[in-house]
Formats: sequence, C-alpha cells, structure tokens
Amino acid sequence: MNDWSWEYVGDIMPKLLDGLWVTVQATLLGSVAAFALGLVWAIALRSPTRWVTWPVGALVEFVRNTPLLVQLFFLFFVLPSWGLSFGPLTTGVIGLGLHYSTYTAEVYRAGIDAVPRGQWEAATALSLPRGRTWVAVILPQAFRRVVPALGNYVIAMFKDTPMLSAITVGDMLFQANSIGATTFDYMEPITVVGFLFLAISYPTSVLLRVLERRLVR
Amino acid sequence: MTGPLWELLFKGAWITVQLTLYSAALAAALAFGIGLARTSRLWIVRFLSGVYVEFFRGTSALVLMFWLFFALPLLGWQLAGLWAGTLALGLCYGAYGSEVVRGALQSVPAAQREAAVALSFSPWQRLRKVILPQAVPEMMPTFNNLLIELLKGTALASLLSIGELTFEAKLARLSTGESAQVYGIILVMYFVIAFVVTRVMRLLERRAKASVGRASLAGGGR
Repeated sequence: MNDWSWEYVGDIMPKLLDGLWVTVQATLLGSVAAFALGLVWAIALRSPTRWVTWPVGALVEFVRNTPLLVQLFFLFFVLPSWGLSFGPLTTGVIGLGLHYSTYTAEVYRAGIDAVPRGQWEAATALSLPRGRTWVAVILPQAFRRVVPALGNYVIAMFKDTPMLSAITVGDMLFQANSIGATTFDYMEPITVVGFLFLAISYPTSVLLRVLERRLVR
Repeated sequence: MTGPLWELLFKGAWITVQLTLYSAALAAALAFGIGLARTSRLWIVRFLSGVYVEFFRGTSALVLMFWLFFALPLLGWQLAGLWAGTLALGLCYGAYGSEVVRGALQSVPAAQREAAVALSFSPWQRLRKVILPQAVPEMMPTFNNLLIELLKGTALASLLSIGELTFEAKLARLSTGESAQVYGIILVMYFVIAFVVTRVMRLLERRAKASVGRASLAGGGR
C-alpha cells in the first residue's frame, strides 16, 4: 500500500486544473449545442406534417437509446472520412450536444405541453402566424418551467465529459490518466479528479434545487 | 464484415448483456436498501445514506470506474475489469435508483401505513404487504429509464479492456478499417438491446400494476 502524498497532489494540480478548464469548456459548448438542437427537435416534433415528425422522432429515439461513448467514437473516426476534419474537442462538443439534445427535446416538450391550450387558441384567434406564436407566446411561457430541468442535464453532461478522454480530448480524466501512466501512481490523480467533479456538481445541483423551488410553483 | 468479425461482435454483445444484468442487480439491491434507509426514523441512518447518494450522484461513473480499476490496486485490492465495471455502475446507478425508491415510498398514501399499524402488522409485514406492492408500480417507468442509462453506461467498461461490445467493435474496426460500418452496426445492436429491455420492463410494469388492481393484464394499461 502506498501512502497518500500531498506533495504529489500539489505537483499534479496545475495539470488537472488545465484539464478542468477543458472539461468546463466542453460542458458549456456542449450545453449550448444541446439547448439549441433540442429546441429544434421539440418544435419539429410538434409539426403537423408526418414527414417531419417521423424521421426526427426516430433519430431522437435512436440517439437517446445508444451509448454516448460509441457515438463519440463514431463521430471521431467517421467525420474525417466524410471530409469533415475537426479537432477532438469540437468532435466531442458535437457528440455531447447531439446526445443531450435528445434529452433537452423531452424537457422542452414537457415545458411546451405545460403551456395552457387557451394560449394556442388565443394566438389562433388573433391570427398570429405560426412562427410568431412560438416566439411571442409559447416559448417565453415554456422557458420558465424548463430552466431547472435543463440545468440538471448540464450537470449530467459535466459528469459525462470524462468520456471525451477516450477521443484524446485533454480533459481532467485524460490528464489524470497520462500522469498516472508516467508515474505509475494513479491513486492521487484519479481521486482528486473525482473530488473535483463532486466539488462542482454537488453545489450546482443544490443551487438548481433552490432555483426550481423559486421558478416552478 | 466477415463471419468471424460478426462472431466477435455477438460475443461482445453477450458480455454487455451480462455486465448490464450484474450491475442492474447490484444497483437494484442498493436502490432498495438505501431508499429504505433514507426513510428511516434514525437520523444517522438517513444522514449516512444521504451522503452515499450525494457522493455517487455527484461524481462521474467513468472516473469511479477508473478509480476502482487503477487506484484501488494501490490499496491492495486488484479487481478484475468486469467486477470493477459492475461495481462502479452498480454503485452509481444504485444512488440514482435509491432516489426513485424514496420518491415512490413517499407517494404511498399515509393512510395505508396507518391502516397497517392499526391492524398491528409488524414493520416488516407493513413494508412487504402494504407499502412495497403499491410503491413498486410507481418506480417501474423510472427504473426502465435508469436501466437504459445503465446499459449505455456499460460501454464505458470498454476503456478497462473488458471484452464487451464497444471493446470488440474497436478490435473489429482495427482489423477492417471500416469505422462507419462497425460503429454503425454496434449502435444498432445497443438500440436493439435497449428496445428489448424497454419491452420487458413495460411488461413487468403492467404486471405490477395489475397486482394492485390498477391496470388489467390483457389491456394495454390504462
């Protein structure tokens, strides 16, 4: 059994914090992508034409029911052969965004369903065009309800970013792994990474619970 | 894709199924144990089970898996990859599941508990004959979702070089160079497994509901 060395922890901390920055970047960019794409799916699924709802529904179901890690591999190895060359981080953000968009689509759907029917009818009565109904009437009311749920998926995504290390993104786990591979001592790096995740995700989820109580009555 | 490569993938799929079943069993046991502990009358039991839940929900499943596989040996325990994967997934999803159990237990009307007390049932009888039969149907839809999450989580174990589906796909890709094809195929395989899991869980849900008279077995639910 080896002893826990704080000196070692101090030495590796800068590298782990570099990794944390990459992790945070991936989470934020991935969230933006997931929020935008999810909204597109949610609105498309409300379309009156079956030619739109069916393929989008199938895509969402498929992406949601298959592993993110495999999707990341798929994108990482396949995009270049389709002539789309991105760096690992961009590929990772695309993967995270796509995967989580299928969850955020559900969140938006619930938020949209919670808007009273009378609002739709009122918009029709005022003969607002469809686009205007969405932007001016439905979405502002739906958004208030979806914020906490979207926040939960940001936390979930944050905890999923270690998968990006498998496609060579220099995130926290990647750094911890490469430190471990050179020093043959994985104990401190991986433990510290675990606690860094906890230190960020736990307070965030507590904050979200407070927010949820405020926003959703 | 040639015959041997397909064989490789099916072998991997079988290990994925095994890994899913083992970790689901562990997660279910933990979910019920911890979920019940969180409704305990003793504050220390509630507190400790709460710490467990917040800890394992707050950290990343993959980091936990790496910790069990790479860091634990330094403390003197070397786990085989399959067990490190099972333990990590079980601990992690057990924490999520316990919240589901707690929510479902709380959703049973208080009058049911009181009625059981009035009939002088023992706490164990109360739980087994009155509370759980009503709480379990509530849990089923969320458990279904969690099980799918767990199934997808098993792909992480490929990074510990367990020969499950994603790992075997890596080998197949290296030998053929057909990334799109190989990963496309296993995505479909995961989807098929998830589909089967969902169907089975729906069936169990209907049964659980029927057993407390909330849906008929023949009809498609309410």
